[in-house]
Formats: sequence, C-alpha cells, structure tokens
Amino acid sequence: MATPATIHAHAPQGFIRKYIFSLDHKVIGMQYFFLALTAVFVGMFLSLLMRIHMVWPAAVLPLVGEIKPETYLSLLTMHGTIMVFFVLTTAPQGGFGNYFLPIQIGAPDMAFPVLNMLSFWTTFVAFVVIIAAFFVTGGAPLHGWTGYPPLSAVQSAGPGEGLGADLWITSIAIFCIASLMGALNFITTTLDLRAKGMSLMRMPLTVWSWFITAILGLLAFGVLLSAGILLLMDRNLGTSFYVPLIVVNGQVLGHKGGSPLLWQHLFWFFGHPEVYIAILPGMGVTSQILSTFSRKPIFGYKAMVYAMLSIGLFGFMVWGHHMFMSGMSPYSAFAFSILTMCIGVPSAIKTFNWLGTMHKGRIRFQTPMLYAIGFVSLFVSGGLSGPFLAQPVLDIQLHDTYFVVGHFHLIMGVAAIFGIFAATYYWFPKMFGRMMNETLGRIHFFITLAGTYAIFMPMHYLGMAGQTRRYSQFTEVAYQAKLIPLQTFITYAAIITISAQLIFVINLFWSMFKGPKASDNPWQSTTLEWTTATPPPHDNFGGVTPVVNHGPYEYAVPGAPRDYVMQTDPVSASAH
Amino acid sequence: MAGGGDGRRGDGGPGYGERLRRARLGLICLIAPIVMLFISLTSAYIVRQGLPMFDGASNSYVRDWGGVNLPWVLLAINTGVLLLSSVTIEAARRDYARQAALAPVKSIPGVSLGEENHLPWLGITVILGIGFLVGQGLAWRELQNRGFFVSTNPNSSFVYLLTGAHAVHLAGGIIALVWAAATSLLRKPVEARRIAVDVTAWYWHFMGLLWIYVFAFLEFAR
Ligand code: HEM
Ligand SMILES: [Cu+2]
Repeated sequence: MATPATIHAHAPQGFIRKYIFSLDHKVIGMQYFFLALTAVFVGMFLSLLMRIHMVWPAAVLPLVGEIKPETYLSLLTMHGTIMVFFVLTTAPQGGFGNYFLPIQIGAPDMAFPVLNMLSFWTTFVAFVVIIAAFFVTGGAPLHGWTGYPPLSAVQSAGPGEGLGADLWITSIAIFCIASLMGALNFITTTLDLRAKGMSLMRMPLTVWSWFITAILGLLAFGVLLSAGILLLMDRNLGTSFYVPLIVVNGQVLGHKGGSPLLWQHLFWFFGHPEVYIAILPGMGVTSQILSTFSRKPIFGYKAMVYAMLSIGLFGFMVWGHHMFMSGMSPYSAFAFSILTMCIGVPSAIKTFNWLGTMHKGRIRFQTPMLYAIGFVSLFVSGGLSGPFLAQPVLDIQLHDTYFVVGHFHLIMGVAAIFGIFAATYYWFPKMFGRMMNETLGRIHFFITLAGTYAIFMPMHYLGMAGQTRRYSQFTEVAYQAKLIPLQTFITYAAIITISAQLIFVINLFWSMFKGPKASDNPWQSTTLEWTTATPPPHDNFGGVTPVVNHGPYEYAVPGAPRDYVMQTDPVSASAH
Repeated sequence: MAGGGDGRRGDGGPGYGERLRRARLGLICLIAPIVMLFISLTSAYIVRQGLPMFDGASNSYVRDWGGVNLPWVLLAINTGVLLLSSVTIEAARRDYARQAALAPVKSIPGVSLGEENHLPWLGITVILGIGFLVGQGLAWRELQNRGFFVSTNPNSSFVYLLTGAHAVHLAGGIIALVWAAATSLLRKPVEARRIAVDVTAWYWHFMGLLWIYVFAFLEFAR
C-alpha cells in the first residue's frame, strides 16, 4: 500500500512513472484537466454541428456528411453526455480538486495515491469507450444524455441503439466506478490528512465544495450504476424492468410489464445531485476568488458552508421536478415543487454573500475575478428561471421546450464552465509557474460572456413560444418555422462564441511555455497553496509541515503589516 | 479530532495506527455506495413488484410479478458457509493484530515469544469464500433446473440480479484477501498486512450482513 509518505521521499524519475502512471495528485489533477479539455472540444464541435444543421438543414458538414434526423440525435446525445460527465464532473473535481485539495489542507498527497491513479485511468477508459460509440455500426445512440427507455432499452429502436447504446451505458457505468473511487479518496483525505490547525471551519470554501461534492458523488453514482445495470439487462438479457409490452416496426417484442418511469426515478435521483456535483466546485472557487480580489473576508463564511451543506441535502429530495410530466400524483408533484423552491433559499444566501463580499471592496478586476463575477451573473440568470420550472402547471407547458435548454445551460452548463475558467486563470500560475496573458484573458471573457447570453437568453423566448427541444429541424411545422430567424441568430452567436475559445487555447498553451514567470503568490492570496513554491515540489511543501494559524480569508486585517494574513502566518500577525 | 496531524512527515510517514484509521475511514466510504446500490435495487424491486400490467385477454389489470421457487436449503447451507468464513476471518484479523502489536518486541535481538501455532485463517477464509460462490453457482443451476431463468419473470430477474450483485462484491473481498496474503510473499512489513486484513475483515462482515439481508428479502418479500 503506497502511502503518501512512501512516495514522497523520492520523486519518481522515469517518464512513465512521472507523467503517465504517476501517483502524484498534482500530475493526476493535470491529467484530469487535459482529459476534460479534450472532451470539451469534442463536445463543442458537436454542438456546432447541431446548430448549423438546425438552421441550414441542407448543408453537408465536414466529418459527418449529410445529417439525418437520427444523426442529429446522436450528436445531441454525445454532446450532452460528454459535457456533463467528462467536462463538468471531470475538470472541477477531478482536475482542480485533485491538484489543490491536498495542498490547501496542508497534506503531502491524497490519502490513497494508487487509488487516485486508478480513478483517473478508469475515467480515461470510460472516455475511450464512449468515443468508440461513434465508430461502431449504427453509430452513437439517440436517447439523449438522460437515456430514457424504451428508446434506450430496445436494440431495434433506432440506428444507434444497438452496439452504440451498449457502449454508452458501459461508459457511464465505468465512469460511475471511477467517480466513486475518486469520492472515497476526497472524503478520506479531507477528514484525515489536514495539517495541524486546519480545523474544519478554517478550510477554504473550495475545500468545502470539493468535500461536499464528493459526498454527493458517493451517494449518487451507486444509484446511477444500478440503473445502468438494469438497463443493460433489459437490452441484452431479455428482462422487463423498464420495457412494457411494445411494438417496434410492427414487431411485438418479448418484453412486458416494465415501467419506463422506474428508470426516470433512478436516473433523476442521481441526476439532480449530479447538477450540484457540476456546480458546487464552481461555487467554491468563486467564493475564494471574490474574497481574494475584493481584498475582503468572505461575507458569512459559516453561512456559506451551511448553505452548501443544505443544497447538497435538499439536492437528494427534489428529483421529481424532472418528472412533472410523467403523470405523477399531484400531491407528490406539490411536495417536489415545494422542496425545489426550498433550494432557492440557500442559493440566494450564497448569492447575497457573494455580493456582500464585493460590496465596498477594493476590487481588482483581473481575469479570474471577471470570471468569478461572470459565474455569479450566470448563476442568477439561470437560477431565476428555476422557480418557474418548479411550478408543475408551468412546467407542463415548458418541459421539453427550449426554455429548459436555456435554463440548464445557463445555470449548470456555462456557469460551471465559467467556474472552470475562473479556476484556470486563478491557479494557472501555481500549476505551470507562469502567468497567463491578461489582455487575451479579458478579451476572451467579454466575448464569452456576451456570447453566452446571446445564445441562451433567446432560448427562453423560443421555449415560451413553444419551440420543442431535441428536434433536428423546424421547417416542417408551420408555427415552429416562424421561429427560425431567432434560431439563426443563436447559431451565429454560437459560431462566434465557439471561435473565441481559440483565444483561450492560444493563451493557455502560449503562457505555458512563454508567459512571464510567476512569483509564489501573484494574487496575494492567503490559502496554503500560495505559501509553497511555484510549481509546488513533489511532496507539496518541500519537507516542511505547514501549521495553520488563521482562517482562510483574512484580508484587510486592521493593524496587520500587509493587507492580508496567510493561513500559516504566526498568530501574532493579526493579534489586535 | 480527525486531521490536525502532528508532524507526520519527515520521519518516514504516517504511523501505523494512523494508516489503520485512514484505511478504515476509506472502508466506510466504500460501504456507503454499496449500500446505496442495494437500496436502489431494493426500491426497484418493490416498485416493479407493485406495477399493474394491462392484460388484453381479460381486459383488466393484472400483476405479472410471477414467483420463484428458491432453492432455500442450498441457500441456507451457503449462508452457513459465509457466516463460518466471517468467524475465520475474524480469527485472522485478531491474529494479525496481535502479531503487529508484538512485532516491535520480537525485533529486539534475543527476545523470543516462543513458537506460536497459527492456523492459516486467511487461507481457510479464501476457501470458504470460494465455496460460497460455488454454492451460489449451484443455486443458480438449481433455479434453472426448476425453470427459472433471468428473463422468466420479474421476480426471477431480481433473484439473479441481487445474488449476482452480492457475489461480485464478495469476489472483490476474495481478491483483497489473496492480495493481503501475497503481501507476506512480497515481504511487506507485518503492519501492511495487518491493515489489509483488518479492512478486508470488516468488509467481509459487511458482506455477510448484506447476504443475510438479500436472502431474507428475496425469501420474505416475494
Ligand atoms: C458552446 C456552447 C453550447 C452550445 C451552442 C450548446 C448547444 C446545445 C444544443 C443545440 C442542444 C440541443 C438542444 C435540444 O435540441 O434539445 C444542447 C443540449 C445539451 N447541452 Fe449544450 N451547448 C453548449 C454548451 C454546453 C455545455 C457547456 C454543457 C454542459 C453541461 C451542455 C450540456 C448540454 C446538455 C446536458 C444537453 C441536453 C442533451 C440531451 O437532451 O440529452 N451544453 N446543447
Ligand atoms: Cu433537478
């Protein structure tokens, strides 16, 4: 059993041990980061194809050729799945969490480094398996990222529902196992490896967010795994968990008596916590950055912690709000509706605390800060449509329209992406030892922010006007066709926004090699990762054991020599 | 208090007690999702059991749950084997705990604690564990002889699913045990083996409990 200690003494030398099968949480964090980066480009490319096809259906596109309606559904499924699992679950937690959680609590590594390596490589295998779905006969599945049966449970239901769908489910199952291993490691590390003085209420909010995310993952992914096993059995062993008596292309299949709703319950019991798995780390890093760049303590630290805990708790009780259309009893719909709106309370607490943190701060508008503010903005814009959707009567109208697409992209998709961007710009100097370019960063920010609103705001109007989701084109239905001009506008906005991401890529890789050298603490932050060298040595603190004397956000401390007190500064630094 | 580690680095890493605690904490985090998995399968069972199905012939709703004639004598024997293996692994756990505690004393030159006689508890546990799996395989065969296959009816699907899911997890425990035994061949320090055996033993007890739950559930929630 390789414990942190047995590996810290000598950093491994060979290329393979050092960069491929590394046990160092920092290397593993980077591996996750680059995996997610690859995935986000695949996902973005797919969305581009969808947008172009939707408004110019006749166009023949590169790589995919002619897009049939079922091809569109494959693109849609793979886009959603890759984005949710391999980007939003992978980068914030696996990437930044892995890299910075041990350092921020003053530990030399994760609790179980071998397991950590295994979780990355298992995630990698899951990614390879899902990408393979593109290349098998019939192509990728059509059932959307939510995989509703019977479409997903019947091999003959469509071109991608054969081997492609099996690969899709297998990939998700592998991903579940990888995430469970990761979550186990995060929780044990947080509870057991904290440095002296790092009490729970001195942990940076980033650590809290990774910790709570890991708990959610630990409880949610097992349920998705079980749902996936049942689905595989229905598909391949002839069972009838989900599939009722069904006729496909005039043929009666062997199934009978199953319930598609059973899948919906299991899936969304995982699915709603999953959206918090995607967004909580973004909340953590936003809190960290807003405090640092406003040069003020975070407003209501404890309230922030309890808000995240209650969001996590309530997150397990609201899955039914995805199923108002399923014919559920109005009484349960009512209960789910009330519980859903309850989540608005801790969310609002967080928002007000973020604003309170910035209020009267000496704000430094550098790129990480811009992205953190952008996160708050998107969280509010996307969040406001939540209480509408939580009304069963309204949701019956809005479900499966573009209103929902707009809602979840703002709050979960792009807000989480903004969290990732904020984290990248903020921690890049620590990870790579160089600064990213500010000017490019700002240009990238403003185009992305404006582009995001241009893409997703109009979708709310489309949805209210009745534009249905998951349609490959709208030319055939008269009332829908009238909305095509707005869709065209969205497509132009998407093309511009996606192209602008090249600025980020150029900035990232250029700065990695050519950026100006970063000091150990370029943002004058207080948490432990800024006390160590840049980039951190193999055991994080070069043989020194950090001792923590302060809370994580002591900025603008009256009487202190500097305007901030680092967590490891001697007690006297703020003794006034 | 958890954490608050006091200078655990620099002197060759965390101590043995600390590593044991950490491994046990990891084990709790492993058990949680397994519990979630079985809760989820249980609720799927209950939901599926209660579903009405429209029957065109009688023009009414019927239940298609079916039934399974469990080979319960065989399953009871398997249960006995598994419980026995819990006893043997507990013996192994205590054995290693004592060895680990005495290791520093033994390493003093000239000190001998006399010859101790150990039964190879780990090996016995592995054999019993494999015996249980074989027994479950026989139970599956017996089910098929009685005409119950995976897709015969919803109840039989769940019987295979729940027993299979339990067997997979138990097989994981066997692999862990074999690995723990291998550490002695790899000349790892006795502490490492002690930790591996300790967490596997607790996992094994959990598997025993889980099996009793699965068995009772399948028998009584038909
Ligand atoms: C470049 C920005 C993006 C564009 C232009 C875009 C576009 C689209 C489009 C056109 C759809 C299909 C809507 C429908 O027909 O129902 C869609 C679905 C979806 N997108 Fe995005 N998307 C973007 C970014 C993201 C991100 C960052 C995420 C991460 C969560 C994401 C997650 C999803 C999900 C989960 C679905 C639903 C898939 C399904 O219904 O199975 N998207 N997106
Ligand atoms: Cu939800």
